[in-house]
Amino acid sequence: MLFFSYFKDLVGREVTVELKNDLAIRGTLHSVDQYLNIKLENTRVVDQEKYPHMLSVRNCFIRGSVVRYVQLPPEGVDIELLHDATRREARGG
Amino acid sequence: MLGGPGLESVVDQIISVITNDGRNIVGVLKGFDQATNIILDESHERVYSTKEGVQQLVLGLYIIRGDNISVIGELDEELDAGLDLSELRAHPLKPVIH
Repeated sequence: MLFFSYFKDLVGREVTVELKNDLAIRGTLHSVDQYLNIKLENTRVVDQEKYPHMLSVRNCFIRGSVVRYVQLPPEGVDIELLHDATRREARGG
Repeated sequence: MLGGPGLESVVDQIISVITNDGRNIVGVLKGFDQATNIILDESHERVYSTKEGVQQLVLGLYIIRGDNISVIGELDEELDAGLDLSELRAHPLKPVIH
């Protein structure tokens, strides 16, 4: 639940999602769900020359199970808040 | 809080699916469920290679199981029409490794 709430707060930000097949997609976080499936808008594949497979795609749905990393803008991260929240989650959960 | 994937907005639209084995399948989304299983109509697979242009293999009406799906992209038909697939050279996508 923690990361679901965390991503909900990040809606509207530019993020880069790196997938487990090494594909990296940059876009605006549109929405997230309980499975941490991610919907991005205004998408661009990071290395378009190497991965032209999504040239005609501007909005996409990424299955949570296939995400390796979600790269966030440093200004979007309150590290102290995150630290406290995870500490509480670890204790309670 | 929606239980399943928010794919209602793309039903009856052309989508581009990237599967876990690295395939790219394009078709019209007809339905989906909580597990992201999807029904794709008028579908074809786009096979990318470094030696020749993109090959399009006609598939027809397909059900793709959700646990084999990586990405579902909304295909922008204008952008797609501007692509010359016969000139496109690329390595096939890598399979997903968990």
